[in-house]
Amino acid sequence: MSTIELEAGPRGGAPAPAAPPSFAPKSGPRALRDNLARIVMWGAFVLGVIPLVWILVSTILKGGSMLLESQWWTNSQAGITDRRVGGGAVHAIQGTLIQAAVTTVISVPVGVMTAVYLVEYGRGRLARAVSFMVDILTGIPSIVAALFVYALWVTTFGFQRVAFAVCLALVLLMIPTIVRSTEEMLKLVPNELREASYALGVPKWKTIFKVVLPTAFSGIVTGVLLGVARVMGETAPLLVLGPYTPVIVTDLFATNMATLPTMINQSRSENLQPALDRVWGAALTLILLIFLLNLLGRFVGRFSKVKS
Amino acid sequence: MAKRIDVKDLDIYYGDFKAVEGVTMTVEPRSVTAFIGPSGCGKSTVLRTLNRMHEVIPGGRVHGSVMLDDQDLYASSMDPVAVRRTVGMVFQRPNPFPTMSIRDNVAAGLRLNGIKKKSTLDEVVEKSLRGANLWTEVKDRLDKPGAGLSGGQQQRLCIARAIAVNPQVLLMDEPCSALDPISTLAIEDLINDLKAEYTIVIVTHNMQQAARVSDQTAFFNLKATGEPGRLVEVGDTPRIFSNPTEKATEDYISGRFG
Repeated sequence: MSTIELEAGPRGGAPAPAAPPSFAPKSGPRALRDNLARIVMWGAFVLGVIPLVWILVSTILKGGSMLLESQWWTNSQAGITDRRVGGGAVHAIQGTLIQAAVTTVISVPVGVMTAVYLVEYGRGRLARAVSFMVDILTGIPSIVAALFVYALWVTTFGFQRVAFAVCLALVLLMIPTIVRSTEEMLKLVPNELREASYALGVPKWKTIFKVVLPTAFSGIVTGVLLGVARVMGETAPLLVLGPYTPVIVTDLFATNMATLPTMINQSRSENLQPALDRVWGAALTLILLIFLLNLLGRFVGRFSKVKS
Repeated sequence: MAKRIDVKDLDIYYGDFKAVEGVTMTVEPRSVTAFIGPSGCGKSTVLRTLNRMHEVIPGGRVHGSVMLDDQDLYASSMDPVAVRRTVGMVFQRPNPFPTMSIRDNVAAGLRLNGIKKKSTLDEVVEKSLRGANLWTEVKDRLDKPGAGLSGGQQQRLCIARAIAVNPQVLLMDEPCSALDPISTLAIEDLINDLKAEYTIVIVTHNMQQAARVSDQTAFFNLKATGEPGRLVEVGDTPRIFSNPTEKATEDYISGRFG
């Protein structure tokens, strides 16, 4: 082992301070590149925001007045033609909310459990196959999901086109987004927490339910709510499986059930001002619902976030 | 209460890779055994086989036997979950459950195993926190999140959590490596107290720590990179540090490598 030799004599004072580094002013070309990059980034940002603001402003301007009338929130369009002013959107709002709720209730357990399988249990070929399937499902166009359910529900089983069939198609679209977002959240849970739980003699399933899922809870909820928001604006399955009706229907298995997207689609078919006002009103209502859902997602996420 | 551990001809694998080979040693009850050795020599791996945590890692498996008194931990009838209730573990980094309060963290082992009675839980929480020298510091904020404590307090909380399920053996995987010297001292004092009731095995990179806290020291080493780790020498701590049999042990302890 080598030892550091200590000098015996007195230290020769502090070493002479090095000359202070001279800071040159920012060079011309670098300042130019810097500014250029700044302009490009701001430009991209503004370009991206313009259409968003535009949509929002014009929807509010053209549809806002509809939402301020109390009958918008209390009445349906029963007995009101495109030529007549009046009526509300309550039938469509209800339909959208009911279908979103049913879809969520079916999708969340399946999606979350699939994610748990992929993260906590899945090894080898089956897990890879499931993961691959989820990838494919994520990319499936909504019209394909709608036609699949149509083929199954109407052509094969011979049932009527009802709201529940719409929900099934929406489930197909929602599950993969829930699986993916939940998977990401579960992967963020540190392995040390699982090990800490195992080391206490807690079985694996209990570790998952009592430690892993609670730790990931806020992220999972946020992901689910974003999935719901996406599904609420989905239109293709509604057009294929759930035609519009102007009256209030709450039975999932009865006849047609109105929704906001189909109400928009229905009302825009004729160039009459009362109907066009309803298009903007329904569009704004839909944006508002999705906005509230996003807000709720953020709130739940912040509220139930793991505190430290 | 505290039990003896007998390890015999233990080979440990990760899939096809043999990580540790031929470990044979005995850990006496109510004593502290320290595992020392350079990084990657398999000390933590051996530690994790003592409560069957090794097999949590995909591909992890062992050959050989680990006896806890007269029970074979790797007998086919042995439930790994039951083993882990008997042999507790404290990890390198403090890992309290972030969703739980201090009280719930300590009670977690019992509560997750189905004990719900509040008076029992409260009693165990206080006893364990006292046992971990943390009670006076946290008794007024038991409902605050466990993650809000300092690193050293969190580690003592994890020790309290581990002893709350009343294990026979306590395994500690570098419990002080993420802590400052004062917290380290607190944990070392605690190890000294816990020795009266538990069999303790501690992995450490700090040889002074091994010398301070342990009765018995086991030195692990690799023959060469890529070769399996092995137990070079095990014996009473004073002897290992003053008069080791193996040259490799002496070189490591005197700081010539590792």
